[in-house]
Amino acid sequence: MAEKDLEKIFQDKIDNEVKIEPKDWMPDAYRKTLIRQISQHAHSEVVGMLPEANWITRAPSLKRKVALLAKVQDEAGHGLYLYSATETLGIERDETIEDLHSGKAKYSSIFNYPTLTWADIGAIGWLVDGAAIMNQVPLCRCSYGPYSRAMIRVCKEESFHQRQGFSIMLAMANGTAEQKRMAQDAINRWWWPSLMMFGPNDSESAHSAQSMAWKIKRFSNDELRQRFLDMTVPQCHLLGCEVPDPDLKWNEETGHYEMGPIDWDEFWNVVKGNGKCNRQRLRDRNAAYDNGAWVREAAMAYAEKKQQRKEATQAA
Amino acid sequence: MSTKKNWPLWEVFIRSKAGLSHRHAGSLHAADDEMALEMARDVYTRRNEGVSIWVVESKSIKASDPEDKEALFEPASDKIYRHPTFYDLPDEVKHM
Repeated sequence: MAEKDLEKIFQDKIDNEVKIEPKDWMPDAYRKTLIRQISQHAHSEVVGMLPEANWITRAPSLKRKVALLAKVQDEAGHGLYLYSATETLGIERDETIEDLHSGKAKYSSIFNYPTLTWADIGAIGWLVDGAAIMNQVPLCRCSYGPYSRAMIRVCKEESFHQRQGFSIMLAMANGTAEQKRMAQDAINRWWWPSLMMFGPNDSESAHSAQSMAWKIKRFSNDELRQRFLDMTVPQCHLLGCEVPDPDLKWNEETGHYEMGPIDWDEFWNVVKGNGKCNRQRLRDRNAAYDNGAWVREAAMAYAEKKQQRKEATQAA
Repeated sequence: MSTKKNWPLWEVFIRSKAGLSHRHAGSLHAADDEMALEMARDVYTRRNEGVSIWVVESKSIKASDPEDKEALFEPASDKIYRHPTFYDLPDEVKHM
């Protein structure tokens, strides 16, 4: 069949909400876009473990510690679901991981900020996971089957993450004056980076139009950011904390909040590798991988030895 | 040292409760079948999603080609007499 016909069949399927599966014909650009997006998403889950792991040993109670451990374990799992989805597109897992470790592939910039106090763990669960959920729920209906199925699992698990974060914030906000100050400080530092997680404004967004036509993306960056803002501002007020945006306004007519301008210079600076923790995150990922090399090799050697022994017994 | 660079890929199937069949949950890399089972438990059943797990090496699965879809599945689409609704019955006949 001619490429033009294949492309028409492909787009018809997408227009009719029929999922694309790994062995189906797909345009190269669709495959490449998905490999980039899903692997970046996987990297974000994996690198996202680092700022939180910083507080596992210092959690204030056993209850908070088991919850944080479970959350971080989930992030590892989410990374694995997504790496598997990437592999269905015909790229080896090693290659994907190598791209992260060399700095060629990106991950969500939010994880290049440090976690300075326990309140940061609350703010990450509430704001960062909250923004991630807002982005991920529409991805459950993404046109690529394996990505959509992975996102359904991720979203099911992720709602506990946001709740545990908000529960930490509630405890801090209703605690001592010092705890309340820490909660407000964490909000001040995580608020704007969380809003940046939705990506550049629609007018500046490079990949949006094509991704919308392919139904990889269902809503624009600004639409999702607005939803997040409308949902989160009242939650911040419920905590008795202030939103660190002097220009924030409630618009009675539209029924939406209006925010001040985002500092996109900061965003691009962190994307380009100059955030507070970019180098540390990559160094830690590389070290974890390199230090685990002997385990991967030993496990493979052991598996082969077992197999040989089994074959020898069967032969005898 | 092993000759293989990567752990092979395995497909994971999970029975969510007794009485239901195993269903594909996803895939993972592991050195051998035992390790694949252990990892499947950690990756796919952290919230009581299963009572039984199957793992099979991905390369052992033979899949039909999407290009053959029509040849394989179209012949069934015009055989409406295989469905109960094809047969008109008088209203007096109940429970059939």
